[in-house]
Amino acid sequence: MPTRFPLTIRLLHWGMAVLILAMLFVGVGMLSTAGPAYAALLSLHRPLGAALFILVVIRLTIRLQTRAPPLPEDMPSLQKAVAKGSHVLLYAAMIAMPLIGWAMLSAGGYPVKLGPSFSLPPLVPQDLQLFGLLRTAHTLTAFAFFALILGHLSAALIHAFIRRDGVFSAMGFGRSRAKSSLSSSEVDG
Amino acid sequence: MKHPRPAAIAAVVAAPAALAVAFAWAGGWIGPKRLGGGAIADALEYNGGSHPGYRRAHAKGLCFTGVFEANGAGASLSRAAVFEAGSYPVFGRFSTAGGDPFATDGRNVFHAMALQITSPEGEIWRLAMDHTPIFPVATPQAFVELQRASRPDPATGKPDPAVMKDYLSRHPETKAYQDYIAAAPLPDSFANGTYYSINAFRFIDSAGEARAVRWSFEPETPLTVLDKQRLKEVPTDHLFDDMRERLTHGPVRWRMKIVVAAPGDPKSDATIAWPSDRRTVETGVLRIDRAGPEEAGLCRDVTFDPTILPAGIGLSDDPLLPARSAAYSSSFRRRAVETPGPSAVGKSLGAH
Ligand code: HEM
Ligand code: HEM
Ligand code: HEM
Repeated sequence: MPTRFPLTIRLLHWGMAVLILAMLFVGVGMLSTAGPAYAALLSLHRPLGAALFILVVIRLTIRLQTRAPPLPEDMPSLQKAVAKGSHVLLYAAMIAMPLIGWAMLSAGGYPVKLGPSFSLPPLVPQDLQLFGLLRTAHTLTAFAFFALILGHLSAALIHAFIRRDGVFSAMGFGRSRAKSSLSSSEVDG
Repeated sequence: MKHPRPAAIAAVVAAPAALAVAFAWAGGWIGPKRLGGGAIADALEYNGGSHPGYRRAHAKGLCFTGVFEANGAGASLSRAAVFEAGSYPVFGRFSTAGGDPFATDGRNVFHAMALQITSPEGEIWRLAMDHTPIFPVATPQAFVELQRASRPDPATGKPDPAVMKDYLSRHPETKAYQDYIAAAPLPDSFANGTYYSINAFRFIDSAGEARAVRWSFEPETPLTVLDKQRLKEVPTDHLFDDMRERLTHGPVRWRMKIVVAAPGDPKSDATIAWPSDRRTVETGVLRIDRAGPEEAGLCRDVTFDPTILPAGIGLSDDPLLPARSAAYSSSFRRRAVETPGPSAVGKSLGAH
């Protein structure tokens, strides 16, 4: 059994973590101002969001073809289920956020501009009510995503500093210190 | 499990808490107050009252369709595709200023024209213009202050004179605008008004050279005016009925003129007009063919955010431009989650 995620997954995890947090901060930050930063941040937000969509597709493809290290044997099964469920939700949010962003601009009749002369085609037909729904969904999903990340971060730190059970180093780059405590019976991830 | 050390517990608690606080700061919920599009929309609602489903400004409108016939001259200033000689489809919206979708047309307020011009590749350009060459304020902060100060008192229908006087003492640019609009002719039709970009933009030509410009659409229909002393006698939907009626007799046209700034002209102050002798390039004719109520047209379900620009046109440093973008977005979002009601024109057509 592997004790760590494949290197590509680990690189993608940390790279995307930085970019996703940046997107959430840019998102709420741009709406807090009507100054020049609004226009500048919004034109950064769209291409960065689109790039994250490509990254999550690559990440999921690799993830489904490789093996993940099992969670520690002594972890209660409810906790394991929560851990796995929250990871599924994190993936769902990573896929949903860019798609909602793209669809909502399409429904609102906006060009989906990623650069000075590059735009995406509309994802859905123009429709005011649908725009309203998707715009609300973009906000609610973003806040749920952020809450999920806070919980995920807390759990990761508990594994790293309190349980010290090798879960953190499964996503890390240093030497794994807690190999022995990892289960050898779990096959899935 | 080993006994956790206090430092470990501190780290586990502090890191997520710090991230949450930083997020709240980025969003402007804690820390120094920032003015966002939502606060601007709030100020407009404070001034104009609550009209769910309608635009927070320029609420009363009429949709139209037409074409922009470019003569090719604009290509010397901007590489935007719609300046190459040819015909480009247009839709747009006539409107009067204010948040009330059923306000009377007998008011000395902005008459406005909004456009979307589409290039053959599907690139779009949105323009939202008023019938004055200048704006009452230069900054979003002053815009919000003015909305608050000029809120009509429900009892008198007029702004509180003391509040307004205090505002004007700090904003000579608004006073200058008021003097201008008091003296300027008020067109008696949408068809014979000149519509101005007011804000400056940047045109980039095919060699990559950038110039600051403003533009206007000048009517081919000769100007006739409303008597400002007798505005009370103007029928409620005069401007809107007039425009629909005119178009049943044939198209109405405007000439688009680009004005190029000279060095030293203010490019980030919408309250100051440029001298009239500036280099002007006529780039084509806007022809409007048909008009109809918003509920049956293309114009209601988009926002004419003036920062939606094709390649070859960019933003100037005018602080009103990003503020407009943020405010239009907020207004659009609000009315999209509300149910749009009938327009004034739609109502009157339904009644006939
Ligand atoms: C900011 C956005 C983040 C997202 C979207 C995210 C997403 C994910 C996902 C989906 C997994 C499951 C991996 C898989 O099964 O493929 C995971 C695992 C992990 N993450 Fe994150 N993560 C984020 C941030 C963080 C942060 C800030 C930390 C810690 C400081 C962290 C630590 C970990 C650890 C230790 C694992 C391994 C858990 C295990 O072995 O099952 N993550 N993350
Ligand atoms: C990982 C992907 C994304 C994240 C985490 C994200 C996050 C956010 C957040 C937090 C907001 C502020 C919401 C609010 O306070 O109401 C926001 C707004 C917005 N996002 Fe995203 N977003 C993502 C992808 C996208 C994409 C791909 C697009 C478009 C192509 C997009 C377009 C927008 C727009 C247009 C707004 C609103 C601007 C306004 O209302 O003025 N987002 N986003
Ligand atoms: C900071 C300054 C300004 C603010 C905050 C502002 C705000 C707004 C808002 C919120 C709307 C409604 C948008 C919607 O729901 O789709 C609107 C519409 C409009 N504004 Fe402004 N505006 C500003 C300056 C200007 C200027 C300088 C002009 C003219 C050059 C202008 C012309 C228009 C027009 C023509 C419309 C109607 C567009 C339509 O028919 O949809 N505005 N404005």
